[in-house]
Amino acid sequence: MNILYFLVGCSVLMALIFLGAFVWAYKTGQNDDTHTPGIRMLFDDEVIKEKSEEDHFSS
Amino acid sequence: MEDQHKTTIKAVCYHCGEDLPKVNYQMDDKGFCCAGCLGVFKILSENNLCNYYVYNSNPGQQLKSESHLEYLDEPKIITQLLDYRHESSSIVTFYIPAIHCSSCIWLLEHLYKINPSIFSSRIDFLKKQVTISFNHEEISLRKLVETLNQIGYEPLISLQDVVKEHKSSVDKALVLKIAVAGFCMGNVMLFSFPEYFGLSSFEKAFQSLFGWLNLAFSIPVAFYCGKDYFTSAITSIKHKHVNLDTPLALIIAVLFLRTAFEVIFSVGPGFADTLTGLVFLLLMGKYLKQRTYHHISFDRDYRSYFPIAVTTLQNGKEKPVSINEIHVGDRLWIRNGELVPADSILMKGDAWMDMSFVTGESEPVHKVLGEIIYAGGRQTSEAIELEVIKPVSQSYLTGLWNNEHYKSNNSKQNFNDGVAKYFSLGVFIIAFSATAYWLFQNDSHKAWSAFTAVIIVACPCVLALSTPFTLSAILSVMDKKGFYVKNTDAVEELAKCDTIIFDKTGTLTSSENAEIRFSGALNQEESIIVASLLRNSTHPLSRHILKALNVDQYYSLTDYKEVIGKGLTAVINNHNIYAGHLSMLPVGIHTDSETGVHILIDRSYKGYFEIKQQWRLGLTQLILKLQKFSLQVLSGDTDKDFWMLQTIFSNSTKIRFKQSPHQKLNSVLELQQAGNKVIMLGDGLNDAGALKQSDFGIAITDNINNFTPGCDAILKGSSLSLLPNFIQLSKDGLKIIKISFAIAIAYNCIGIYFAVQGTLYPLVAAVLMPISTITIISFTTLATRWFARKNKLI
Repeated sequence: MNILYFLVGCSVLMALIFLGAFVWAYKTGQNDDTHTPGIRMLFDDEVIKEKSEEDHFSS
Repeated sequence: MEDQHKTTIKAVCYHCGEDLPKVNYQMDDKGFCCAGCLGVFKILSENNLCNYYVYNSNPGQQLKSESHLEYLDEPKIITQLLDYRHESSSIVTFYIPAIHCSSCIWLLEHLYKINPSIFSSRIDFLKKQVTISFNHEEISLRKLVETLNQIGYEPLISLQDVVKEHKSSVDKALVLKIAVAGFCMGNVMLFSFPEYFGLSSFEKAFQSLFGWLNLAFSIPVAFYCGKDYFTSAITSIKHKHVNLDTPLALIIAVLFLRTAFEVIFSVGPGFADTLTGLVFLLLMGKYLKQRTYHHISFDRDYRSYFPIAVTTLQNGKEKPVSINEIHVGDRLWIRNGELVPADSILMKGDAWMDMSFVTGESEPVHKVLGEIIYAGGRQTSEAIELEVIKPVSQSYLTGLWNNEHYKSNNSKQNFNDGVAKYFSLGVFIIAFSATAYWLFQNDSHKAWSAFTAVIIVACPCVLALSTPFTLSAILSVMDKKGFYVKNTDAVEELAKCDTIIFDKTGTLTSSENAEIRFSGALNQEESIIVASLLRNSTHPLSRHILKALNVDQYYSLTDYKEVIGKGLTAVINNHNIYAGHLSMLPVGIHTDSETGVHILIDRSYKGYFEIKQQWRLGLTQLILKLQKFSLQVLSGDTDKDFWMLQTIFSNSTKIRFKQSPHQKLNSVLELQQAGNKVIMLGDGLNDAGALKQSDFGIAITDNINNFTPGCDAILKGSSLSLLPNFIQLSKDGLKIIKISFAIAIAYNCIGIYFAVQGTLYPLVAAVLMPISTITIISFTTLATRWFARKNKLI
């Protein structure tokens, strides 16, 4: 059952990585504004007329 | 029904949603109420930004009058405003009050389409801020602000930088501490689980590993997350009084020491689970307590009302200068609509000052040459020249903030800190007597474990949690009804108040529902003539009256002349017409009213328009419900409304008029010295001193996004009638806290029963604490909802 020592080590290490990820995300300001991105994602991309297609027909 | 619907769509401005006047501007089959709205639409359609109108209908705002931006060319002011500057790119953050919908976000994040020198722009919707990065070699800061103004998003640049103030208000360290404590708690729970279920022989092999891991996780929790409790406890002991943090720090220390002792000498599993859980919950309570509204600022003073720069005259030339650099003797050049930033003497020009910041009265006051004009006055007429006689920070109005006698902190001791003293004393007595008993029995091992166990189990963590949980639940009930309280401590203050002072203008009356009335008679023809004259003016009064008249045609006019702030004159269809202040009219007129917009057509007086302020709805019932409190009215206005106020208030109410900001402040102070706890309700800068001095200052506003002076709470005008319910709820809140304290004591008694016998097993402690916490949290939540319902707030 010595493998448990290894597994416990792994689980602690992974948890530490997640904690580090949170600290990094928080410090770089990713949680500063939790409201606007939700609205922003609802905007449509602008329709850009594809010129190449029109050219295709003319030529 | 459908037809009706269509007409309502048609009758509003495509840009701003105002009702369309009968004569309006047309473009692309869309109607616009004014040239300003049309202009914005033109800019947007030229830049292919018409999606702005897709996400919301009529998202725009009417353009305000032009502002002078010369000061944005001054290098000193630019460096004050910029967040970052490197080579060719700069980043600046502006506060834009007009941001209100998703269209605003969309448009402001596509600024680069209007001007390619703008690299990108990012909006923080709740804070109403936009962060713009731009190439400062191609577009100056002034040009950038002008671009924003053109599309109707004027940034508010004031002396007190709203943007920077917000940045420092977020306590980032606390969130990180919560993260670390939560992380450690989760892992410690995991490693303590085998212990809870009893260890089989083969699991025993891991016991010491788990113990050491638990100890390792306890170290950051005790010394990083719990650091504030130790520092707070040490300072309070130095000042020879006990606050709630003192017993908490002691418990954290005891828990950690005992865990370390048991793990190192392999005598037991330790209390790492209790320690991490306790610190995590305590920090959560602290977080709730600190949580406040991002989008509302409660700490404004005069600086948020004052501009960042003012135009000075140096050797006859205009030069914008930062307000902080104004010295006595400087010559200021104040244009129409600008604010006088320092007490000064009028040197040149005709001054009609709107002193509403200082006195509360909005009717402009005429000042003659050589007269002193106090800081805070707003010029409503042509440009004037002033000489500064006092620096900004020592002026009459700004001096209010430098008065040092504002509330002392000693009086603000809350229930928690008051109880903590007796609580700690009780715990120590029990702990020491248990230790003494076991030492007397010659069982030193039991003495040590009884001592530590009593301190662990008697944890006032419930006390530390119930207050923030209850009060923050009350805060969220109140904010749904339009009452935004600064923080949880303020709710406790509200519950203790016994005296209420009202301001009149803007508090008992509403500025939103102002109604235009015409005293006199105008026939159809004359209405058109008046409207034709007024449509040429951008003065807000002219716009209001024009809207009220709503005629369907206009005549052309000649000889148009506008004396800014005083009135208009022109010739229309061979009629000489005047509209404006009494002193503007060419013939002397005797009327019952000096104020208002008077109309004169061909030397015959037609009457005057006036704006009637309306009393807020439900005032009489409100005053009836507040009978338990002693009430006062302090108005900066004249006593013209005395009779009206007497019918609303009871005879015992003191009603005083013509109160200066300092007199208001002193009235509050006198009441406080007589031992009263005072609630002050006010709206303007003229109440600001009294609001700050009072035990609970409430700023009333009709629009939450407007600026309000520094206060403890902001109340929407429409919710004024609920004030008695809010006060009652805060009182009930204190009741809830006391009941949950009693529940906590009951739990503690159970724990102490085991603890004094020296038989407290870590499992009991680990189970007892979460159970008592969950009981308290659910009790406070349910009780708050029940009381809110009882007070008709849900």
